[in-house]
Amino acid sequence: MTDASLPHAGAAPASPSRKGSLLELDARTRKRNAAERRFRAYGLTAVCTGIAALVMLLISIFGGGASAFRQAFITVPVTFTESVLDKKGTRDPADLAKVTTIGYGKIIDTAIADWMAANGIAQVEGLADKDIGAIVSREAAAQLRNRVLANPELIGQTVETKMLANGRIDGYLKGRVTLQSAETDSNVTLGQLRLVDLMRDKGAMGLGFNWGFITAPDASDQRPEAAGLGVAILGSLYMMIVVLVLSLPIGVAASIYLEEFAPKNRWTDIIEVNISNLAAVPSIVYGILGLAIFVNFAGLPMSAPIVGGLVLSLMTLPKIIIPTRAALKAVPPSIRDAALGVGASKMQSIFHHVLPLAMPGILTGTIIGLAQALGETAPLLLIGMVAFVRDFPSAPPSGLFDPASALPVQVYNWTQRADPAFVERASGAIIVLLVFLLAMNAVAIVLRRKFERRW
Amino acid sequence: MSGAWFAPHPVMPGILPVLETELMPATWILALLAALAVVGFVIGRARALASAGGDGRRLHSLPGFYGWHVAMFTFALPLLLLVVWMIVQPLYLREVVAPYLPASALETSAGTTIALQQLGGVAAQITAAEAEGKLDAAEIRALASQPEALAERLTAAGITVADPQTAVAAEEFQSRQRVLDIAKTAAVLALAVALLAWTVARTNRDFRARNTVETGVRYLLIGASVIAIFTTIGIVLSMLFETAHFFKQYDWTRFFFGTVWTPRFQGESDLGLLPLLWGTLYVSAIALAVAVPIGLFAAIYMSEYAGPKLRSVAKPLIELLAGIPTIVYGLFALVTVGPLLRDWIAQPMGLGSSGSSVMTAGLVMGIMIIPFVSSLSDDIINAVPQSLRDGSYGLGATQSETIKKVVLPAALPGIVGAILLAASRAIGETMIVVLGAGAAARLSLNPFEAMTTVTVKIVSQLTGDTNFGTPETLVAFALGLTLFVMTLILNIVALIIVRKYREQYE
Repeated sequence: MTDASLPHAGAAPASPSRKGSLLELDARTRKRNAAERRFRAYGLTAVCTGIAALVMLLISIFGGGASAFRQAFITVPVTFTESVLDKKGTRDPADLAKVTTIGYGKIIDTAIADWMAANGIAQVEGLADKDIGAIVSREAAAQLRNRVLANPELIGQTVETKMLANGRIDGYLKGRVTLQSAETDSNVTLGQLRLVDLMRDKGAMGLGFNWGFITAPDASDQRPEAAGLGVAILGSLYMMIVVLVLSLPIGVAASIYLEEFAPKNRWTDIIEVNISNLAAVPSIVYGILGLAIFVNFAGLPMSAPIVGGLVLSLMTLPKIIIPTRAALKAVPPSIRDAALGVGASKMQSIFHHVLPLAMPGILTGTIIGLAQALGETAPLLLIGMVAFVRDFPSAPPSGLFDPASALPVQVYNWTQRADPAFVERASGAIIVLLVFLLAMNAVAIVLRRKFERRW
Repeated sequence: MSGAWFAPHPVMPGILPVLETELMPATWILALLAALAVVGFVIGRARALASAGGDGRRLHSLPGFYGWHVAMFTFALPLLLLVVWMIVQPLYLREVVAPYLPASALETSAGTTIALQQLGGVAAQITAAEAEGKLDAAEIRALASQPEALAERLTAAGITVADPQTAVAAEEFQSRQRVLDIAKTAAVLALAVALLAWTVARTNRDFRARNTVETGVRYLLIGASVIAIFTTIGIVLSMLFETAHFFKQYDWTRFFFGTVWTPRFQGESDLGLLPLLWGTLYVSAIALAVAVPIGLFAAIYMSEYAGPKLRSVAKPLIELLAGIPTIVYGLFALVTVGPLLRDWIAQPMGLGSSGSSVMTAGLVMGIMIIPFVSSLSDDIINAVPQSLRDGSYGLGATQSETIKKVVLPAALPGIVGAILLAASRAIGETMIVVLGAGAAARLSLNPFEAMTTVTVKIVSQLTGDTNFGTPETLVAFALGLTLFVMTLILNIVALIIVRKYREQYE
């Protein structure tokens, strides 16, 4: 690259003869030094911009999502009135099951009214009687019903009960809903919010850790307070199992062949270019493949973790093959030579010596590949994982064919809903997803630190 | 963003019985094969040792290899037969019942699959009814020539069939399937036993068991690496067939050169590619305009200026951007960047009032691809030999002059490759544009307006209610193929450039 420096060589004699002290920089040097400093500053700015973008992203997600882990609960004594829940008094499960959530809604209404009476709250400004019970989530009635069906002895007793509050009430406690916004909101009245203030002062309402967010299934559009990630986490877990079981052995086998056995010819060259290209194919294209081949042609069920797992396995394969080959390549030839020298066959030298030594690198690559698969959304949308699923899939292997959701798809699903409370949920779901990713990457880093050998 | 996007997919009736009848026997056969293989291993090993008089040193191979030899043949070849059978049998049954299926179902592979699944569901019910004694196989076989009577008989057994034709088809399907299922189990197990016997018979102390086993393992390895090829073929074929269907129903010139995109449920849609392509390229261009300067300067700073301490902190942090799932960026665009741009720039300047815009998606996507530009460029700049830099310093150039006039020109091909890879990533990116760019297809220059991209339309045409017989759904495959070809070209050119560049300095 001598031509690049030629202009300087030519320019040097043309510079004006220097006057004064050598320590005093002339105008041209000052200009060049300033250019140098500017260039450096651009670089530093670029690095800082990148990091600032990361920080902003994380602040935006954590700031918006951390509150999803806390939820408004109402704790009042609930009387499980026998005349409502079990008119015949027989405790016959079939009769008990006939009482719908409407019946339990009445129990909740009474409980709140009783609490108000017990605390000397006769009248709240702007609160209609029919709105009193509505501060409790509609999901709470279903939960009470399940509790009673599981334990009929509750009937007739009065028990201090913790119930989910309505999504708007939850938003009010978290500051998302204000008295101003409530005036134009048809889902909540000012009277309800005043009652909430009173209940909070008396300790009957407050924010608590929301286990339901992690364990409960998704809930309908009108009940953001009850929506949880249970099915999505399970679905993601099932898919990861499929991906691990399929792509790790196949990826390692393919890498061993390409790295150790394949003759250098056109055929292997095609395979290699193919693999590097597959690693860069847009993920949505894999979704089209999955829809056309696994769902439409092979007839596997839509929304099933097995299809998602197969699609993600194909996507993950090249991402496992590339680091695995690097790990195999990093094992020095002396190991192979020594094994061959004491009479091992090539296959034995690879499976007994090279592969175990390359294992930390292979596992690191696999975990990182799995982490990418865990966060992948687009292909899963096409194979129907966006469907609203409320039932937990059963245990594998048959559970692999049940409809399920996946963590990133659940996030997408919630962003498409009208109630702003779902945006908080979506951010919260991302926090869960990022925690999983962080854990996986941490394992990968520990593996690398602990077992990787430099030759 | 219509409500239909997340509408649940219609449940396919009768699919679970089909899966159960298909999978459960297969699981059992697999378990039997595994058991046979274990037995084979023990017998093979014992027989080899016996032939050597109990002295392992007199064998050609280690005793374990004799065991593996028997186990491998007993397990792998029958398994292969089972897999092939499970692929061929549905294809054969499809041919058998095809005359009974309505012509509308046969037009698309999805329609055929659904029709077959329904048939399979009825067939599974018949099998169940026979097992309970409600139906008699011979009796309904005899009724096959009288569709009405057959349908009545099935209804009496509690099986609902749409019409007599379906009843006949289901009966035909069920009886053949039953015969084939028995034949499958018998054939696979017979092959396994035969191979077990044969391999045990040829086991003696001079038999080269290790070589045989290793050849087998080698085929296994080759098979694994060929899967990559099959994936590519699968991708291309799956899109090619449906695209061909699409172009039968919709003129290809109207697709490639159409400037209007208005899909309608009633048909008569305008499905022009150009507005989508424009949106895709516009978003990608903004993303590159963000990512290339930042990524390149970050790479230069980190490889040329930064000390090891800063480098060890900043490099992983920037690469973290590449590890964050795209849905996170999508939400960031939707919740933070979109409203921010709308409230502070677009509305005050009167450019638009939409939170989702090309600018939103472009900016966020730009952040996402910074690490793709920076880490590859970093590697490439590091690969420029130090001697070039030293030569430049020796002539009196400052560090920045050296970088601008020597290092960057030397690294240029590699950097171009990195940018092309980033561009391919931007074009194929889905979640950011789905959540950030909007759904309106339009040709406009205003970056603060909502526009849409190829990937957004693939998602919207293939989710919700889909009918694989209509051009409105099939167009997604044509879009997918266009996307695949575009990114393929970019990837291959980039790969070739980067590879050539690496060789230059190695």
